[in-house]
Amino acid sequence: MSASQPGGMLPSPPNRVQRGTSPADGDLPTLEVNGAVVEVTDSTDTPLLWVLRQSLGMPGTRFGCGMALCGACTVHVNGEPVRSCVTPLSAVIGKRVTTIEGINGAVMDALRGAWMAVDVPQCGYCQSGQLMSAAALLASNPSPTDDEVATAMDGNICRCGTYPRIKAAIRAAAAQLNSARAAGAD
Amino acid sequence: MRRRTFLLAGLGATGALFVGWSLRAPRQRLHPSLLPDVGHGSVALNGWLAIHPNGRVTVVSPKAEMGQGIHTALAMLVAEELDCDWDQVEVVYSGIDKIYNNAAAIVHGLPFHEDLEDHPGVRGVRWFTAKAMREVGVMLTGGSSSVRDMWEVAREAGATARAALVAAAAARARVEPSSCTTERGMVIAGGREYLYGSLVRDAALQRVSNVALKSPDRFTIIGKDRARLDTDAIITGVPRFSMDVSLDGLLYAAVLMPPTLGSTVTTFDRKAALQKPGVRAVVELTGSRFGDPPGLAIVADRWWQAKQALPALNAQWSVSPHATLSTSGIMQTLRSAAAGNDGLPFRSDGDAEDVLAASARTLESTYESPYLAHAAMEPLNATVRVNVSGAELWVGTQVPGFARAATAMALDLPDDLITVHQTPLGGGFGRRLEADYVAQAAAIAKALPGVPVQTIWSREDDMRHDFYRPAGVSRMRAGLNAAGEVTSVVVHSAGQAPFRALGARLGLSLVTDGPDKSTAEGTFDQPYEFPAMRVSNADVELPVPVGSWRSVGHSFKGFAMEGFVDELAYEAKVDPLRYRQLLLQKHPRARAVLDLVAAQSSWYTPLEPLPNGRTRARGVALHWSFGSVVGMVAEVSLGDAGAFAVERVVCAVDAGLVVNPLGARQQIESAVVYGLSAALYGEVLVDNGRIRPGNFHEYRPLRFSECPVIETHFVPSTRAPSGMGEPGVPVVAPAVANALFALTGKRLRTLPLRAEALV
Repeated sequence: MSASQPGGMLPSPPNRVQRGTSPADGDLPTLEVNGAVVEVTDSTDTPLLWVLRQSLGMPGTRFGCGMALCGACTVHVNGEPVRSCVTPLSAVIGKRVTTIEGINGAVMDALRGAWMAVDVPQCGYCQSGQLMSAAALLASNPSPTDDEVATAMDGNICRCGTYPRIKAAIRAAAAQLNSARAAGAD
Repeated sequence: MRRRTFLLAGLGATGALFVGWSLRAPRQRLHPSLLPDVGHGSVALNGWLAIHPNGRVTVVSPKAEMGQGIHTALAMLVAEELDCDWDQVEVVYSGIDKIYNNAAAIVHGLPFHEDLEDHPGVRGVRWFTAKAMREVGVMLTGGSSSVRDMWEVAREAGATARAALVAAAAARARVEPSSCTTERGMVIAGGREYLYGSLVRDAALQRVSNVALKSPDRFTIIGKDRARLDTDAIITGVPRFSMDVSLDGLLYAAVLMPPTLGSTVTTFDRKAALQKPGVRAVVELTGSRFGDPPGLAIVADRWWQAKQALPALNAQWSVSPHATLSTSGIMQTLRSAAAGNDGLPFRSDGDAEDVLAASARTLESTYESPYLAHAAMEPLNATVRVNVSGAELWVGTQVPGFARAATAMALDLPDDLITVHQTPLGGGFGRRLEADYVAQAAAIAKALPGVPVQTIWSREDDMRHDFYRPAGVSRMRAGLNAAGEVTSVVVHSAGQAPFRALGARLGLSLVTDGPDKSTAEGTFDQPYEFPAMRVSNADVELPVPVGSWRSVGHSFKGFAMEGFVDELAYEAKVDPLRYRQLLLQKHPRARAVLDLVAAQSSWYTPLEPLPNGRTRARGVALHWSFGSVVGMVAEVSLGDAGAFAVERVVCAVDAGLVVNPLGARQQIESAVVYGLSAALYGEVLVDNGRIRPGNFHEYRPLRFSECPVIETHFVPSTRAPSGMGEPGVPVVAPAVANALFALTGKRLRTLPLRAEALV
């Protein structure tokens, strides 16, 4: 009998990661993932997606196409959105990787709040990537036009059809962030 | 146990209590071995819900959550009658048991016209089938049936539990149960408040009878927008899907399946593959009746290693027995079959052929549609661990019983030694009504006893080894009198039979024998009152595997039917929406849907060109499926060289009483996006025995910037809920095609709808 539930009660991932606060010594490649420096044993041509999912036990970044066509695997590398399914480990060594599990701050708080208020997700599989793309957009462009939102989000496929709600939620999050900024400036 | 008595029964193995009651046997029976695993000290009041001492309420769902929001809707049904605190509600997957078998989906699969819903004979057959399906049927999430299937039983579960809690409180307070009230997880008895959690052990000892359900005017939860329960988990990236499963020592498998239909491995280099980094095993796959093809698998420490090692196998394949099969030939075969008149009749009213032959003139049009892939976002995967005493399966599935059976068959074990852990699905759309990927994952894990193995398909595997929406050709003919009024409609279509194909894979003879409704649904079962009508379909056998794709036969027969009705309207020189109303004199539900969509879309107010000069027009479509009626108006604009854009889609829906309007609107939005992806781009081509598209650049879904404004309006209704997940799909393609005709005068009768065809 399974007790898997919408809230997620899957077995917790084993700890395959050596964590530290400074780059570790030795020959293994290190990168910073969600603020922790980690050492990985995967070959350096392994796409970051699989390192995150299967070696570092962070499956919130999802596999959809393997060809940078769907955006489900979007993470931030040094703050920029990248498709982790085509980004080899060698390209992120020594860099800062942020995933859906580790991202926080005002922009993501606003987006998550809007995602809840608008009730965006359906199956949810693409939503990590949708949120990471939206967060990268609002971090660099606090007041995007509809066209700018479309350009930023066109690489993220959703087969359930949450596009209209994603659009509404990004708009709501941007408005909330801007009014918070205006209040802060007063 | 007494008949007609609700009986709350004793303690289970974990100290949990459960109830079985016999009034509505067997659905409310629950075998003790199938107690919901709700933890120590908690009380399962029946097979559908448990209440914990701390007041938390666990709703047990036999339905898979795949984005349609069923877990939230199911919790609403229970909570409405239980009067619990919504914040205390959680949903878990049920085990596999008869009581959870889906009656609604199978009953709806019977080939009856929607009009016959209340006919005594049809009711009798449906009743008998429902009874039979509960005993021998399947646990199934599909056919837009979940709320229909759970509508009564989930509310009864909540009401019975509430009655037991009231009885327990009344006994403590020494008052009559009828003097007690409930609210937000408390019984108020004799002026005191008793929390449900504090009553639950006493409640389990109560015998309760005469449980009445609320009348709809007393609903406080049903019918009101309710945000789904799982959003927080989704937006924080919590492990959720079967691909997220993590187990000690988990290995991963990548697979090599036939590049052409029906080919098999002739030679391969096991040694070379075993030398690749991380590779633990090479497994030869024989395939099974569940539809998984023969092939090879590599198991490695990481999926990427397994995937990278596949070329080292240097697998050689036999020449496909279908090496010359291509889309052009398939369509020719279907056209020939549709041109004849042999086939199974699904409807024959009023000598339609004779009336047609005697008509002043006739109209004939042929509508064509391609194979389609499901392309859910989560590529297929399943995790299996073979133990000394059986096996465990982690999977997202629409058919847990068949997933278990597929595992059991692959491992040569009895069903009851397989433990199934269900997870939510990263999209279903009918693809996970199949168990091919489960049988395959089990066959791979069998090679490594004691080791959990997760088999993951690449996107290309997923797209090239689907059970496709069948390609189809529908020859539509009408007789017209001198005034252009229709006298007779004759539909003859040709295509593969997807339910029969699925039934054969799953071993369901009830489905494999007899007419396959899915080959003619969307034409024979529509409500139009033509003076005479004949509908038949020629079943064509082709080697391309077919299955259930969101709305199944309706998904393309709706395009043919609603395109042709639009043509008839123009022949009669009557406004297309008005024309449909005239053909629905005896169908007030359908007329009300048309009235609503006309009003909300401002149908009778002409559209001005857009500020950028693009001209615009509207098209309408109406369709009955899964017990619901959907009317859709699409607004389409035209640019250069036929390039068109769908700007706005207005939907009117009669789906009976809507349990969660917010979730229902999302389902219609979903149907519009899924339907538009198919209408504008969807096409799986066959090229010398190969399935051509491999990834999203070759099978293009609708993207963010192409999504129209979508508005959904519900016809208020007190009828029991009907289907919601699929009925929005069939209207999309015809509404757009009909708008394109209004805009350009060109009638597109082939899917997908191409800009080039308008020039």
